[in-house]
Formats: sequence, structure tokens, C-alpha cells
Amino acid sequence: MNTYIRLALAATLFLVSCSKDKDQPNETATSDLSIEFDNIAGDMNLHLNTGTYYNASGESFTVTTLMYYISNISLKRADGSVYTVPQEDSYFLIQEDVAESRFAKVKVPEGDYTSLQFIVGVDSLRSTMDISERKGVLDPAQNRGMYWEWNSGYIFFKMEGTSPAAPGDNKFRYHIGFFGGYSSPTLNNIRTVNIDLTQGGIARVRSGRTSNIHLMVDVSKVFSGVHSFRIEDQPTAMFNTFTATVADNLPSMFRHDHTEN
Amino acid sequence: MNNRIWIALFLLLFIGACTKSVVEHFIGFERPENFPAPHYHFETNPVTKEGFELGRKLFYDPILSRNNTISCGTCHIQSAAFTHHGHDVSHGIDDKLGTRNSPAIMNLAWGKSFFWDGGVFDLDLQPIAPITNEVEMDEKIANVIAKLQRSPEYPNLFARAFGSPEINTERLMKALSQFMVMLISSDSKYDQVMRGEGAVFTSDEQEGYELFKTHCGGCHKEPLFTDESFRDNGIGIGPFNDEGRYQITLNENDRYKFKVPSLRNLRYTAPYMHDGRFITLEGVLEHYSHRIKNTANLDPLLIRNGEPGLKLGTDEQKKIIAFLNTLNDEKFVTNKRFSAP
Repeated sequence: MNTYIRLALAATLFLVSCSKDKDQPNETATSDLSIEFDNIAGDMNLHLNTGTYYNASGESFTVTTLMYYISNISLKRADGSVYTVPQEDSYFLIQEDVAESRFAKVKVPEGDYTSLQFIVGVDSLRSTMDISERKGVLDPAQNRGMYWEWNSGYIFFKMEGTSPAAPGDNKFRYHIGFFGGYSSPTLNNIRTVNIDLTQGGIARVRSGRTSNIHLMVDVSKVFSGVHSFRIEDQPTAMFNTFTATVADNLPSMFRHDHTEN
Repeated sequence: MNNRIWIALFLLLFIGACTKSVVEHFIGFERPENFPAPHYHFETNPVTKEGFELGRKLFYDPILSRNNTISCGTCHIQSAAFTHHGHDVSHGIDDKLGTRNSPAIMNLAWGKSFFWDGGVFDLDLQPIAPITNEVEMDEKIANVIAKLQRSPEYPNLFARAFGSPEINTERLMKALSQFMVMLISSDSKYDQVMRGEGAVFTSDEQEGYELFKTHCGGCHKEPLFTDESFRDNGIGIGPFNDEGRYQITLNENDRYKFKVPSLRNLRYTAPYMHDGRFITLEGVLEHYSHRIKNTANLDPLLIRNGEPGLKLGTDEQKKIIAFLNTLNDEKFVTNKRFSAP
């Protein structure tokens, strides 16, 4: 190899490293990250009131209401370090009938994030805080009924609909709450979701652009995520111990589809 | 005018201002000498004159209900120690009936939980339930706030209480709490005896007090006459099959347990129990003496020598009632400060 070629190679390497350097995250800068909760049912997009879907037991169902809390978001980098979104900025109420509510928008330091964690519901600490700490979607009296006013606590997940399999009025209602109790222990139906982003695309958060982690949320998994049950047998889970079974199924609804960087 | 006259004038003005502030001095929350420290979080909601008066106005205003007919004061009447005297269960909006006896609102600053099942653990979260309950006031908080915002007086009253005319859930609840925590009943004969203010128990009352301490004080703990616990007192399943505390915890051991109520002001609060099934205190005492039902979660304190029931004789029952009558606080039920403005 002659000197020129060596020089050229060195220059190329330098340039490559340069351009790489340019894309290195600056961890002191923060940028926008959104997590999109795209509700589906099996192989179909979810449409309230009109779509007919099938669960693992083959029962058909229609969804009339779908709302759930997402909170306590944290992200892990490839080196294992974790960024936790400040808690007060980390509460979202996803509502299928309010299109813009499908994005949980947070600010995070620039970085390459390889996995995502959040809880479905509202943590027990916030559930017992002074009412001055419960604004916006956490307002216990103005959150579209996602609160049990007679048994203080948020409803974490609410899905209602109709199914010919449901006995009587052909309706099913799943209201999943219970944060563990204030003075006496109750069920704790808070569930944590971990999502690996390395297959569908890591989130490269940089200033001047918004990364969007696009999640698919398959409501048919409510009936079969971990435990399979039939609407015919359990058309209602609101204020009973069966809610724990439904809560166990909730994390299975969430899967990473892709990331837009 | 020389300087001395000016100084004298200023002093006069100063004294005048002082006097005025003394006259208007608002007495906020004060712990009665014979009471323990309160449980309410005054640090996040200090009681002010403006907040208390706003809370009182809201408490008595039917604007909180769907069709502006029912106020908190409808089922919590001062002359009945803020319960619904004579009603086993209350009739709310459109005369719809509930399933539980309206609890007395008194000494709530010492309350650790609210309602017969204790389902609400913060007084600030309590009013949401009756306001939104479809047989009580059947209204949405968002509508209440909209109505208050449209009213000619409320934005100004909220501004005086909270510094700006904004009306939101927090301010609405905190104003109501400021009124409710001030509803302190601590001037019964019992209190006067305990504080050594000159009142003396009669011999029946004194004997009744001793019997009370032996048989009743285990749950109805002095001086508030409740230990805030949940217990099955053996009255058996009521007409609505109300499962009480179980509905909050889903714990089998809590089935048919209810909050131990205070025994203050019983003269004004009949009927008794969570479903108002006993019309008289004699009926209640007879129940505890001989009519206890041995249900699965019956409180062990109600079992004597392996048998349910306190086995109190007629004379003992009478003396206990004589003592209970020393817990009535006439000043509380007639205090103009707590009445509709």
C-alpha cells in the first residue's frame, strides 16, 4: 500500500468516525419521544361499536369502550443504564375514542434505547396522594369514570362491549382496578410491561426530531394472554377476585411493531 | 398639626384596626383538650375563614345535585347531628332510596376512613361518592364545576378562599373538607366531666360508665367512641345482603363487617346500625345482650363463655343507656356556625 492510499484510508476512517460522532447522543440534551398505543383486535384494527372480533375461544365480540392508564415509563439503553421519566410527567389515559390520546409523549435524554417499561394502571403511591397531586387525567372526579369513588382507587383498564356469548343482556364489562389497599391489603392488579425494542427497531432519540415507538395493543389477549377464559363464563370482572386473572392477561396485549426515528 | 398629634392619630388607627381584627378573628380548627391529635392532613388544607364559609355554603347548596334539589344537608341535618333522623335509609334524588343509614358527620378530622365500609381513605375524596351516586345526588363533578363557574357568587368566593377564581375538583373538595373537619362535637356532659369542668355523673351514669368500659369500650373507644375498626356485631345479614367491608377488600374475613360508629349524639341520630334497623337504644342493647347471631366473622369480643351475647340484665342495660345519654352534645346540634348560611 502506498502512502496516498494509506492517507486516503485514514481520512476515510476519520470521516466515518466523524459522522458517527455526529450521531452520538448528547446525554445532557433532551428530546421528544412518543409511545404510540395502537389498539387492535387479533389481525384487525380496532373500531369501536362496529367491528366484530374473535377471542381464542372463538367467541365473537364487539368493543364499545376501551380506556386504560399507562404510567411510570422508563427506558433502558444498550449499556443497561435506565432513564426513568419523572413520575409527575408519566401518567397517560389511552382512550380509543380520543385519537390523540394514543400517544404517550415524554421528554427523555438523547440516547439509543433498547427496551421500554411501563405499568398498566396507576401506582399505589399516586393512588393515595393528596388530591392536589392528582390533576389532569388523574383527577379522580373528572377522568371519564376511571375511578371508583366509593372505594377510592383508579380503574386501570376498562373494556366494555357486547357478545352473543355473554349471558343475559349480551354485554361484557371488565373494569380492572385495585392498587393493593390503603389500610387493609386488597388485590394488587397493577401490572408491569417490559418491551424489547431490538427486534422492531431501537429508539434513537436525538434533538430536533421525535422518535415514536409504535406498539400494537391486541385487546383479544384480554381473554387469553396468560389465562384463557370465555366471555360466556366471565362476562363481568369489576369488583371481584377474577379481576386478577384479567390483570395477568393485560401485559400480553402489548407488542412492539416498529420505531420511527 | 404637630408630630405628637400625628403619632396619637396613628396609634388610634392602629388600635382601631387591632380591635376590628379581634372582633372578626376566626377560630379555626382547635383540638379539644380531651381529644387525641387529629388524623386529617391540615398541612395540605389549612382551615381558613373563607374556606370554611365556602365549604358551608357548598354543603347546603343543592347545586351539587343533578336537578339542583338535593344538598349534602338534605341527608345530613344538623339537628340530627348531621344524619337523616328517622330514616333507616335516606331518600336522595327523585326520592330514590339508598341501602345504608346516613352516617353522622361529626369529628371527621379524627376519621381514618369514611362510609360504613371505610372505602374512602381521605376526607377530600369522600364527597365525590354521594355527588355522583345515582340514588343520592346523581351529578357529574364536571357539571357541578360548570354550574359553580356560571354562578354570580361562587367564582368570587373561590377567589377569596384559594387566591384565584379557578374552580376545580381539588378546591371543591378541599372547601367541603374545611367545613366538615370543623364539625367537632366535644361538649357533651361526658366531655365536661372528663375535662373537670364541674359536671358530675349521676350514680346511674357512673355505674353505666363502668359497665360501658367493661362491655362496650373495646370497640367504642373513648373519647371518640369508635376505634375506627370494622367488625361483625352479630346483627345478621340485612335486607340488602350488604356485605360491608368485604366489598372493599374482597377478603372473606371482612364479610358483613361494618365500621364501628361513634356513640356520640345518639339522642339525635336514630335509627341505628348500617341499615338503620333499630329504632331505639333499648333495641340495640337487647341485641347485644341476647340477640347476637353467631355468624362466621362474629367479633370475638361479643362472645362470652363460648356463647354469643353480652348477657346484660335489664338494669345494666338501663345504666349503660344512662351513660350513653351523657354523650349528647346539644351545643353541637344547635351551633349557628354550622347551620345553613
